[in-house]
Amino acid sequence: MIGSLHVIPRWLHPAAWWIWALGLAAAASRTTNPLLLLLIISVAALVVTARKPDAPWGRSFMFFLRLGVAVIVIRVLVQVVFGAAFGTTVLLPLPGVTLPSWLAGVRLGGDITFESLLMAFYDGLRLATILICVGAANSLASPSRLLKSVPAALYEFGVSVVVAMTFTPQLVIDVDRVRTARRLRGRPTTGIRAIAGSAMPVFEGALEKSVTLAAAMDSRGYGRRGALSAKKRRTNSALLLLGLVAACIGAYALIAAGSPVALGLPMLILGVSICLVSITLSARAAVRTRYRPDPWALPENLVAGAGVLVAMSFASAAWLLISGLDTPSNPPTWPALPLLPLAGLMIAATPAITAPPLPQPTLASARRNEIEVAA
Amino acid sequence: MISFEHVSITYPGATTPVLVDVNLQIPEGELVLVVGRTGSGKTTLLRAINGLVPHFTGGTLSGRILVDGRDTAVNPPRELADLVGVVPQDPMSGFVADIVEEELAYGMECLGLAPDVMRRRVEETLDLLGLVELRNRPLLSLSAGQRQRVAIGAVLTSHPKILVLDEPTSALDPGAAEDVLAALQRLVHDLNVTVVMAEHRLERVVQYADRVVVVPGDGEPVISGTASEMMGDAPIAPPVVELGRLAGWHPLPLTIRDARRAAGPLRELLTGRPAPLRVISGERDLAPLTSADHLTVRYGDVFALRNVSTTISSGEIVALMGRNGAGKSTLLNTMVGLKATSAGIVRTNGKDPREIKGSELVHCVGLVPQDPGDLLEASTVAGECRSSDHDASVDPGTTRALLALLAPEVLDGTHPRDLSEGQRLLLALAIVLAASPPLLLLDEPTRGLDYPTKTRLAKILRELAAGGHGILLATHDVELAAEVATRVIVLAEGEIVADGPTAEVVLTSPMFAPQVAKILAPEKWLTVAEVRAAITGEATG
Repeated sequence: MIGSLHVIPRWLHPAAWWIWALGLAAAASRTTNPLLLLLIISVAALVVTARKPDAPWGRSFMFFLRLGVAVIVIRVLVQVVFGAAFGTTVLLPLPGVTLPSWLAGVRLGGDITFESLLMAFYDGLRLATILICVGAANSLASPSRLLKSVPAALYEFGVSVVVAMTFTPQLVIDVDRVRTARRLRGRPTTGIRAIAGSAMPVFEGALEKSVTLAAAMDSRGYGRRGALSAKKRRTNSALLLLGLVAACIGAYALIAAGSPVALGLPMLILGVSICLVSITLSARAAVRTRYRPDPWALPENLVAGAGVLVAMSFASAAWLLISGLDTPSNPPTWPALPLLPLAGLMIAATPAITAPPLPQPTLASARRNEIEVAA
Repeated sequence: MISFEHVSITYPGATTPVLVDVNLQIPEGELVLVVGRTGSGKTTLLRAINGLVPHFTGGTLSGRILVDGRDTAVNPPRELADLVGVVPQDPMSGFVADIVEEELAYGMECLGLAPDVMRRRVEETLDLLGLVELRNRPLLSLSAGQRQRVAIGAVLTSHPKILVLDEPTSALDPGAAEDVLAALQRLVHDLNVTVVMAEHRLERVVQYADRVVVVPGDGEPVISGTASEMMGDAPIAPPVVELGRLAGWHPLPLTIRDARRAAGPLRELLTGRPAPLRVISGERDLAPLTSADHLTVRYGDVFALRNVSTTISSGEIVALMGRNGAGKSTLLNTMVGLKATSAGIVRTNGKDPREIKGSELVHCVGLVPQDPGDLLEASTVAGECRSSDHDASVDPGTTRALLALLAPEVLDGTHPRDLSEGQRLLLALAIVLAASPPLLLLDEPTRGLDYPTKTRLAKILRELAAGGHGILLATHDVELAAEVATRVIVLAEGEIVADGPTAEVVLTSPMFAPQVAKILAPEKWLTVAEVRAAITGEATG
């Protein structure tokens, strides 16, 4: 009967998307196997294609893909210029520079070997995959919807982030406007002087807009006196931050290879419980209410569960010492495809079906009005 | 509902107060129009109602402002949010959320209303303002008129008893403006909301107003009264009132309908008298300054202009009209080479404008953009003039001399941001004219301009045209078009639907006809000045 659960189009809880994406990212961090990494990227791309909204943030996935390619290229270039060569297959013999003793350990130039390039490529690919997973979450979950789910104790912080994010597209428009103005005054529109000349008006404009926005928010009741005293509110926020930090340390210890599990789990549990206490305390006295909060129902459990499972499959494969997670680059070997992570990845792809379809705005009219913005 | 008792407001650092000893009583359920020149203190008056002045801006307030019994001196804006809704001049600048529905709910969330109440009110407001189809749309993708209605809706959901609006229709085309005003009137009539709004376009709003508050500025006392009382001798008045004064109608009509009833004798007097023909005066170079030939421009898969063909010659003043988003700005931008063509040919000064680089461009064509402030970047007027002389490679002092002609009151040391909207426009115009381009393009020049500045602009444009400049102005302002244009082009969905002499195009259009034409139809008169000339000509001759 899962089919009938997601018939009604709605937004999935953004936190579910983030848990799913971070699970994929955690899986990626565990492996240098290029086949597995490429599979992770394909899973992310598949789900994004199936469930991404037609909104400005929905288009960011392509940007992250390009960023991923750039990361790989940079990683390989760094290897060529600075990296220590190893392996025997010399592709390009080059002279190296021996640096003075106070720079020992840094090397410039030298032979380029196939093995070292391969190692750099795997490393770059892993970083790129993690970035692409973050990009997937970014395009699937509306950033402002996520911030709406931020607990009341962190509300002020949430608003500042929302405002910052609405300003990013606005900044792009501003930069364009200033470029236009430069052309109209017969000045160069490219080159360093042009950029320097446009920076001031753009920032001045942004600053002025923030002040207007602050006035507008104030007139609409932002920051009204609540039942809670300022001191108590601050204590609550501090408590929540503390809890979050503890939870982060715990989660990191659990995920990162080589750190003790004994530290991870208790820290995570401690952090989460501190957070819960703080949230209940501030929720009791909150003035603010929330309009149509996103529910957490079966689809959310399925999507977040898929993320947790894929992370667990990679982690347990590492723990069970199943071979194939790491692909040796010296000597180069063809990567294997271990079964357990593969099964995890298949589960990770299920949100493409289990997540509910999105409510569709009237697309034609949305497009038509984009011209006005552009113009 | 709102009472000002001996209110004076002085901004920090200012030597003289903006408002002096204001006494004002606004009863519940009235639609109040605040008028005055730019920079006279209208916005200050509006912002004092919910305490933004002085809580947010700083400055000192003496006297007392009571809003539904609450003193603004002790209640900051956030504590008045359930009582007063404020819609800022540029609605986009006040949006907090990114989707229409969430923006509507934001104020209620801050007030802590129960979820089911919020849900119901959002639905009601969507219906009330006709926003249902836009509910899931990102705010950035809305047109100007839609944004204005969302901004009104966003404050309405908190059920304020008072609604304060700063120039709600100045950026809108005539149709969208009527939608917004109709929504406001509905609030006043059905929900007993008190509406206070500032607006320069009196011809659009004065007929809806119960009361008019005149803020004369310069420390003169603020006066208020019923709309027809105040319009009798107000220094600024819409054409319908001016025509009424000219013809001596009593009581003074504020609506086209009332004026038409009174206009019978005037129509008879004018029958058979030829309306003045607009001839292009001055020396004329018949070669077109700019031409578009089967021009098509696209943004992605959307056509902004389709098969547009037209030319602008020297001595002409052409008004480009049409809805928001009809392609007006795109046409102007294409003519200066800011936007590439998809098909067809554009020639400005005989060349493809995309190929004209750097300072050569300013010598063939000048564009004053929608927000003239975009062109300005120096920290003083004098600095702006100097860099303009440099950009245009003309003798130092050229721009300053031009500015002295256009706006003699502007001082050298002023920061361009501190100038009034109208002064900024004239400064931008002076910068553009420094290189004396034969072709002048203006995008929406009358947004936020008061009547005196508009009259001055009209005079300047006529003189420039007489001096051989060709002028193309994109505008929503039907009165300006009627006053200066020799030709009108109407765009719709990127196509030219009408292109011809002003009288021919605007007289037959319900949307673009000026008030005088509507009152005197079927006689073909466009402006009060023309009628006055005809009548007094009769008297003397």
